[in-house]
This record gives sequence, C-alpha cells and structure tokens, in this order.
Amino acid sequence: MAATTRQKSGWITANVVVILLVLIPVVWIFSLSFKDPSSITDPTYFPTKWTWANYKGIFNSSEFTRPLLNSIGIGLIATFISVVLASLAAYAVARLAFPGKRALIGLSLLIAMFPLISLATPLFNIERQLGIFNTWIGLIIPYIAFGLPLGIYTLSAFFREIPWELEKAAKMDGATPFQAFVRVIAPLAAPGMVTTAILVFLFCWNEFLLAITLTSTIAARTAPAALAFFTGSSQFAVPTGSISAAAVVITIPIIIFVLLFQRRIVAGLTSGAVKG
Amino acid sequence: MTTGTDVVTTAEPEVTGRRGRPRLSEGARAERRLGWLLCSPAVIVMLAVAAFPIIYAVWLSLQRYDLRFPQLAHFVGLSNYGAVLSSSYWWHALIVTLIITVVSVAVEFVLGMMLALLMYRTIFARGTIRTIILIPYGIVTVAAAYGWQYAWTPHIGYLVGGNSAPLTSQGSAIAIIILAEIWKTTPFMALLLMAGLSLVPEDVLQAARVDGATAWQRFYRVTLPLMKPAILVALLFRTLDAFRVFDNIYILTAGGNGTYSVSILGYDNLFRALNLGIGSAISILIFICVAIIAFIFIRLFGAAAPGTEG
Repeated sequence: MAATTRQKSGWITANVVVILLVLIPVVWIFSLSFKDPSSITDPTYFPTKWTWANYKGIFNSSEFTRPLLNSIGIGLIATFISVVLASLAAYAVARLAFPGKRALIGLSLLIAMFPLISLATPLFNIERQLGIFNTWIGLIIPYIAFGLPLGIYTLSAFFREIPWELEKAAKMDGATPFQAFVRVIAPLAAPGMVTTAILVFLFCWNEFLLAITLTSTIAARTAPAALAFFTGSSQFAVPTGSISAAAVVITIPIIIFVLLFQRRIVAGLTSGAVKG
Repeated sequence: MTTGTDVVTTAEPEVTGRRGRPRLSEGARAERRLGWLLCSPAVIVMLAVAAFPIIYAVWLSLQRYDLRFPQLAHFVGLSNYGAVLSSSYWWHALIVTLIITVVSVAVEFVLGMMLALLMYRTIFARGTIRTIILIPYGIVTVAAAYGWQYAWTPHIGYLVGGNSAPLTSQGSAIAIIILAEIWKTTPFMALLLMAGLSLVPEDVLQAARVDGATAWQRFYRVTLPLMKPAILVALLFRTLDAFRVFDNIYILTAGGNGTYSVSILGYDNLFRALNLGIGSAISILIFICVAIIAFIFIRLFGAAAPGTEG
C-alpha cells in the first residue's frame, strides 16, 4: 500500500505537532536557565542575553550540590535493593507454584495505588521516633517499598518470556546449576532487570511528596525537594534563574536515559499492563 | 515444556522419570517453601512501609495530637473525622480533586488514544516520536511544574501578556494545573493504549474494511471493544494517580486561591498546622476514596487487575 502524498503530509504534520507540544515547555526551561538575571523579566521565549551565571551559582552552593548527591545516592541504593528483592519475588511468581501468589500480587497492586500522602503522616512520626527522620535511610526504605510493586510487575512479565528449558538443556550438556544460571539465564534476564532498574530509578528521582515530608535539611533532601526550598539572594529576588538551571540539571539524566533506553522503557511500561 | 524435554532426552527417559515422579510431592513442598522464601523480603518491606503505617495512621487519627504539644495527646474517638467531614475545606478539596481527576483523565484518554494511533500507525519517524514522548513521562514533575509556573507568571512568561496573572485566580489556576498534568502524563496513557492496540489482530480490521466499514466504524466497533482491557487498566492507573495530585499544585499555586487538592490539604494540616490527628484523619479518608475508586473500576467496569492471571 503506497502512501499518497496527502497521507504523507498528514502524518508529517501530526508528528511535528506532537514534537512541538512536547518540546516547547522543555526548551522553555532551558532558555530560562540561560537568561541573564537582568533580562529574566522580559518575557521572550529565548534569552536576549545568554549567561552561564545561573549554573555557576547553583554548583557553587551546597544548597543544590548536596541534594543532587543525595538524589543520586538515594536513587541508586533504593533502585539496587528494590530490583534485587523484586527479582526474587518475580522469579517465584513467574516460575513457582505456591499458595499466596495472588495475595502477593494483590498486595503489590495495593501498594502501587497507595496515596502517598496517607503514608506521609505516619511515616513522619515513625521515622522521628526511630531517629531516621532526615536521613538517607529514611527515604531509601520507603522508596524500596514503592519500587517493589513496579519491579515485581515488570520483572514477572519479563521472566515469563524467558525460555527456561534452556537451563535444563544447559544442564544436560554438563553445565552445573551455577553455570547454567550465570551463562544462560542471567544474560536472558538482564534486559528485564535493566529496564526495571531504569523505571524504579526514574520513580526515585522524581518523587517529591515523601522527599519534602521526611526531610528537614539538605542532609537528606533530594534535588526536586531542594528546588522547592531555593531562596533568592534577597527576600525580594525570585530565584527564577537558579531554579530553572537546577530543573535543567535534574532533567538531563532523564533525557539521556530516554535517548539510550527508549525501547526498554516502552517495553517495561507496557509489559505489566497488557497481560491484564 | 515437559514434552520438549522428553524429546531431547529420549536417550535416558527413565532417569528423568525416576528423578521426577517420586519427588513430586516433596518437590512441590520444596517449591512452595522456595516461593515463600523468595517473596518474603519483598513482602516484609512492603508490609513494614505501607501496611503498618496505615494502621498506625488509623490510631493517630483517633487522637487529639498536636505536634507542638505531644505530651497532651489523648484518645478522642472519631471526633477528628467529624471535624474533617463537617469542614468546608475538606469538601472543597474533594471537589477540586475530582474536577482535576475527571477532566485530566478524560482529556488524556482522548489525546492519548490519538497519540497511540499516531505512534502505532505512523509511517514516519516512529522511533523519534516514541523517544520524544518519553521526555514528559520521565521529566521530574517539579521541574516541569516550575516551567509552567514561570510560563504563566506576568513579566517572565511567554504565555501570559500584559498584567494578567492567571495563576492567582481559581478557575484559570486549576486549568493550568490540569494542563500541566495532561502534558506530563498523556504519554504514559498513550503507551498503555498503544500496547492495547497491538492486541487488535490486523486481519479482523482487514475483514471489516472488506465488508465496507469506514475508518471510524472500524475504530469504534472493532478496535475499541478489543482494546477494552488495556483501556480500563490505563484509566484505572491514571485515575488513581490523578486523584493523588500533589507536586504540580504544590509548585504552581501551593494550594492558594482555592486550588488545593485533598493531598495538599493533608500536607498543610500536618506540616503547617502541625495537627497530626486531623492530618491522619484526612490521610485515612483519602485512602478510603482511593479504595472506592479502585473498587468501582474493578467491580463495575470489570477491569482485570493487571497480573492477576498469575
């Protein structure tokens, strides 16, 4: 079926419209972050005077660098633990017959749907009593818990697709169970685990409500939360430039992830949903 | 799987038989234990972080508990719930939340379906489109919300002219919150719907076309019904997500000018008013609302909870 010229131009127009709608708000933040403080109040879309000053400013202040470090550390640790625990559970869900499987899936579904604000109040009080309020651990533990449902879903969908007979075949050919796992199963499972890790990391990187309720200083505050607490150099100066620059900095990893792992992210997001 | 193995191992079938059969019941028990063992760390973490705190929140909600005077905390029964439910703030927050939820999910569904069809059928730049739309999905909500806030701030933003300040009046501020939500989450909806589109067999559509169905009829009579499970899952996820709306409102208006949602109200009671009892009561009420929404979707519309076939 050859596409007619009219169809072609229709598709092109639709694509261009979508790309513009996506990019205009994103480019706007970039352009704000490069605006010179003196020109921030002239409402042009692109900067009239370009400057790196906003970036220099935020990277010279622990108000941003420390939270950025917190975000990276908390995100990586929570993602790692979450994916490990989710893999164990997902393997069981995909491969083993045991009573309580439905209850496990029900529990993770329940947690995935949990309104975070319902937990913010009790967690705030519990963490203060345990002395983990405003610490990395205090954020890592809830992030693991909320990464788990996502992980269990995505991974059990991936694990179901793995041809497990290969493991048996490898053993037939004389491989030890360990070799069969490392040489045959692990490489097949790796893509699913990478995908899951990306999704869980994006969740941790993005999370805001717990990040502002379970922290009080930059000791544990993550980057999105720190953004909301930025203050200008004086009471009357709105820190527009700094906030935009910081917003760009925390957006860049997302754009890199998306460019590198587009296929995996799409596969991961849709894997759990279609099975229903 | 078993038959496949049998074929491969015809050289020594009796070994498989001897090893496999007698162990079956013992093996089944071992499998059971292994299953529980593997799931237990995940279950423990989820129960510790979600189930225990929610029970604790119920307990807190039954007390008069002001964080400034913790030693004065005492049991007051259901009076916190009475206070919340008879307060106009709660009902206002609930209505604002429902408006944001219904409008944004409805618009997202229509736009998401168009986007899904575009991604699924486009003959140009399919990869580019799929990559580009992941940016709003992935971008930190707070970062995007600041972008919207500045875009609508007088003398800074490109979207606002003269001296109008749309974020300071209720109606337009809610519209901007909805816009920010839609921009951010339509891609997620579109991806779930696109996965649903791939479930519609091409030959069924072809048959309909041969029978003279128009493009609209093919979509409405064939594609939509076959996609129903995917649609319900997408709507359920997004509805529950939209009901929890917090980040966008916090950044865009901080709940000012009557734009606060139930989540913002709960946050304010806890961290501005430092009232743990009332804050917990609001938390529990939100939890109940979410449970009702999920129940309606699953029972009334028959949305299969994803993953339940396992």
